[in-house]
Amino acid sequence: MAIEKHDTPMLDQLEEGPWPSFISGFKRLRDQHPNERINAVANDLLGQLEHSYETRKGYWKGGTVSVYGYGGGIIPRFSEVGDAFPASKEFHTLRVQPPAGNHYSTKMLRQLADDWEKYGSGLVTFHGQTGNIMFIGADTKSTQHFFDVINDYGWDLGGAGPCVRTAMSCVGAARCEMSCTNEQKAHRLLVNNFTDDVHRPALPYKFKFKVSGCPNDCQNAVERADMAIIGTWRDDMKVDQAEVKNYVQSKGRQYLIDNVVTRCPTNALSLKDDDTLEVNNKDCVRCMHCLNVMPKALHPGDDKGVTILIGGKRTLKIGDLMGTVVVPFKKLESEEDWESLVEMAEEIIDFWAENALEHERCGEMIERIGLVNFLEGIGIEPEPNMVNSPRQSSYVRMDEWDDAAEAWFERQAEAAK
Amino acid sequence: MAKQEMREPIETGCPDPFQYMHPVMRKNFGLWKYHEHPRPGVLRHVAYSGDEIWTVKVGTQRILDVYTLRKLCDIGDEYADGYVHFTLRSNIEYMVSDGSRVEPLIKAVEDAGFIVGGTQNSVTMISHTQGWLHCDIPGTDASGVVKSMMDELIDEFKEANMPNRVHITTSCCQINCGGQGDIAINVQHTKPPKINHDLVANVCERPSVVARCPVAAIRPALVNGKPSLEVDEKKCICCGACYPPCPPMQINDAEHSKLAIWVGGNHSNARGKPTFQKLVAAGIPNNPPRWPEATAIVKRILQAYKEGARDWERINEWIERIGWPRFFEQVELPFTKYHIDNWRGARASLNASAHIRF
Repeated sequence: MAIEKHDTPMLDQLEEGPWPSFISGFKRLRDQHPNERINAVANDLLGQLEHSYETRKGYWKGGTVSVYGYGGGIIPRFSEVGDAFPASKEFHTLRVQPPAGNHYSTKMLRQLADDWEKYGSGLVTFHGQTGNIMFIGADTKSTQHFFDVINDYGWDLGGAGPCVRTAMSCVGAARCEMSCTNEQKAHRLLVNNFTDDVHRPALPYKFKFKVSGCPNDCQNAVERADMAIIGTWRDDMKVDQAEVKNYVQSKGRQYLIDNVVTRCPTNALSLKDDDTLEVNNKDCVRCMHCLNVMPKALHPGDDKGVTILIGGKRTLKIGDLMGTVVVPFKKLESEEDWESLVEMAEEIIDFWAENALEHERCGEMIERIGLVNFLEGIGIEPEPNMVNSPRQSSYVRMDEWDDAAEAWFERQAEAAK
Repeated sequence: MAKQEMREPIETGCPDPFQYMHPVMRKNFGLWKYHEHPRPGVLRHVAYSGDEIWTVKVGTQRILDVYTLRKLCDIGDEYADGYVHFTLRSNIEYMVSDGSRVEPLIKAVEDAGFIVGGTQNSVTMISHTQGWLHCDIPGTDASGVVKSMMDELIDEFKEANMPNRVHITTSCCQINCGGQGDIAINVQHTKPPKINHDLVANVCERPSVVARCPVAAIRPALVNGKPSLEVDEKKCICCGACYPPCPPMQINDAEHSKLAIWVGGNHSNARGKPTFQKLVAAGIPNNPPRWPEATAIVKRILQAYKEGARDWERINEWIERIGWPRFFEQVELPFTKYHIDNWRGARASLNASAHIRF
């Protein structure tokens, strides 16, 4: 059956130029795919998108679609102009959780592609901004069929709506010498502890875990995650002085001074007259800059762990928030360490679920109630790594100062044991 | 279908990545020693065991049709070892354990029309949202904007000759799901929502719409005898937060939904603490299919950064050093009253000193 192709003069202009064109891909599905359903879907999708380009408006509306047993994981899309573009009038996205760290075999990608074209549009993205594989374009009936098939061989839906969302982690220990923790283990332990909260949205709003193996934070965890896990170390960084000398020889002393020593945010580095590098590890804040510039010469220390920040999020509703430090350092070595990480996440989500307003992210709740109330709620004691500076306003009641001061000294004594 | 016939889901959650990981990466997990950047688009990681993994980073159209996905798999099977990794910004990476296989792999990738690059101090792939293709509230498209800009920035993707890496993001509404970027191109609405009062009562849960407004500009009202909502247009900041929970409050406007450009968002802790992006340009037409006005400003900013920044300075650090007056001068953008923040915490962005740039 020949289809009547929609004219797409504006989209056609996106086939020009050297960067690969998504429009050319849509047209391949319209013109070359053996399945007539896919030809028709791609044609109407192109038609509706061209209509958006002409009128500068979007024409998708949400709704309620999920698979049996779940309440979320599908982004429902119904066309407002479905009469003109009937083949793509239901065009839902299945959000599918990727393997931690986004590794795939081509064999598995082919299997997913083969099944996706049986039920869906044939369009897929690795990955959306939350971190899901986005299988874009299935009608209501097919979402269930496609999910049933891929769920049988190990794929599960991610989060959508007010729920624990799909988590993200960097490539980390799989390929990066900066890695200070087992990113994929943290990722999977955390998010897979909350599968019920992923699949059945019942929280105040979204909650995201992101794991970066070092403070370069390639996953943008601090600025995007409600709970950011950032690998770090607390002993001395490792310096290979022979490699430092090699670096000086190849790049020159001045380059090293201008680009490493003077760029250290806490002036913790000094290049000695014999071209060795001295590091004041007490002043070092683990920013990663010198390790990034000299990855052969400088390495994280051995006493590794993570820093945990809570409350990062984007603009809606009170403005962008960075996560802030709640746990400056936590070892993740023994099984008890890992269990206590999961327990902390449970504690945080429980407290937030109980105390947040509707549609209030964890960081917004903390902004509203203050960090101290949040810390007391989750049972974590204050410490100076949590702040840029102590308070500057004297307008505060301090009746219980003596008790708080005594508790500080008791904790210090306990830690020193 | 009757309930008992429905298949129960298997709640496996996030899959174990080791089954899909390149064997050399699996073997040397947590045991990597250092990396090098032998040429743009290629990374060489060396493990303590002496094993090497060479990575070739590849830019694609991101929204992949199954033909493109299979073509990428064919390359992986023939020239790599049948394993791939996707980066945060949707680049695909092929890994080989032997440096001699890199050049044939690059040739195969480029012959197939994909772009090798995006490593280290390059302009890497623009982080990408859904836009008109799939979002329910978009003010613009995403894929088309990204395609148009990458056509113009392709050399910067391929060559890695910026002072440091440049992350560009786009967002199709002011919720900003594209996130923070060294340069961000985001929709900025300039008119309050247009309300279809006939639909509000049936479609919207009015109290939650009222609660959603960041400036308390929405209140319940009877309009033409029907329960609806009204907006205090003097208070309204045109953010569009009411539109997702209440589609009859249409915020998108073909003429008045504009683009704005923000700079200096930086997620890394390297040198300074992470930073948020700052407004530099607005009122840019939302001009499909190629958005030339927005691209022109992005290119101006990139050019000034490339010429003016020192090695390793990200855009925020470069501006911090040269100062905002010189930034606006160099990129030939106007500084207006709209650049001065008045949101909560705004005082911290004011200059409370006698430090003045001349």
